Amino acid sequence: MFDWIQQIADWFVLDVVKMTGGSHLAEALNFFIYDTIKILLLLFVIIFLMGVINSYFPVDRVRNFLSRNKLFGLEYFIASLFGVVTPFCSCSSVPLFIGFVKGGIPLGVTFSFLITSPLVNEVAIGLFVGLFGIKITLIYVVTGILLGTVSGAILQQLKLEQYLTPWVRDILAASQKEQDSFQEEYQTIQKRLSIIWSEVIKILRGVVPYVIIGIAIGGLMHGYIPEGFFEKYMNKDNLFAVPIATILAVPMYSNASGILPVVQVLVSKGIPIGTAIAFMMAVVGLSLPEAMLLKKVMTLKLIGTFFGVVTLCIIISGYLFNIIL
Amino acid sequence: MSKKIKILGTGCPNCMKAIAVTEKVVQDNNIDATIEKVDDIMDIMSYNVISTPAVIIDGEIKIKGRVPTKTELEELLK
Repeated sequence: MFDWIQQIADWFVLDVVKMTGGSHLAEALNFFIYDTIKILLLLFVIIFLMGVINSYFPVDRVRNFLSRNKLFGLEYFIASLFGVVTPFCSCSSVPLFIGFVKGGIPLGVTFSFLITSPLVNEVAIGLFVGLFGIKITLIYVVTGILLGTVSGAILQQLKLEQYLTPWVRDILAASQKEQDSFQEEYQTIQKRLSIIWSEVIKILRGVVPYVIIGIAIGGLMHGYIPEGFFEKYMNKDNLFAVPIATILAVPMYSNASGILPVVQVLVSKGIPIGTAIAFMMAVVGLSLPEAMLLKKVMTLKLIGTFFGVVTLCIIISGYLFNIIL
Repeated sequence: MSKKIKILGTGCPNCMKAIAVTEKVVQDNNIDATIEKVDDIMDIMSYNVISTPAVIIDGEIKIKGRVPTKTELEELLK
């Protein structure tokens, strides 16, 4: 499917800049060109598809659906699933949180959504397909959805309502099921497409520099680090590798799009895939800036519990992958 | 009649962009309008908006959850 990109990369390296095939530098450059074109294309396609879905299922509609319907335990899963198609901006997390609470949606269900939304997003999926292939991407997405579901259900059991800030507890007490149905603004297909298009361009512009830098660093490492280099230090039997990788990753949010290409190279050089997935989930899904914003609505104890439960679930999935894959 | 524009946002980069773009459109087109930033979360919630930034023109929610484009605003403010 991507053969033609390889041909472009070969042609550029061998015929345009006239490098000798097989040298370290030529290989690194070839890898860089191939990966950059492939990943940018995939990012474009996936961001666009998600934009289309989101245009028809905006977050308001998700909230109303969760608020109005009795779902008999499935609500965690559905909230988590909706989290996948909703683009997430950490600055929206507070209004979103309050909006959910106001609509009478249980705290745990809200958490399910808040966990999956950043964890499984369009940029991460695009990068995963490009770097690790469809199989690993599916594993990542399914795990992300289950992780949001399970963490939300656990958080609900912990009865954390008392740790909300007082004004949020007042809102909770006055919460009511959403009565008004979602008022969809009428948009022609052209209008929708032009809005989606400008969003796609904006998201791409934001991540492209990081992706290119990440691929460049990955390309250099790919050419120079010997095969199996990391196996000595981070093999599957090292029990501390998964938790350490996960905890290191929590503060690294803003560079997620740059970090993934580097991690892919580390995996190809011998880091176990479970450890790598745990690391990437923590990079993408948990961010300190988000925690700071949530302080408006939650006490530190609640934020700590929230992050703690998610971190724990990520570590467990890391171990599971190392055993299964 | 002067239009009342409100930009709802908690102060994140996207909200800043929404404000900047609105100010520019109003200035460039000599539109008679006042721009108000609403950054208090309680005030934002009173509009029943759960994704920011949002643009409200004369009390009506026109855009939510994204930064408006220039042409879009020009059309809305005509």
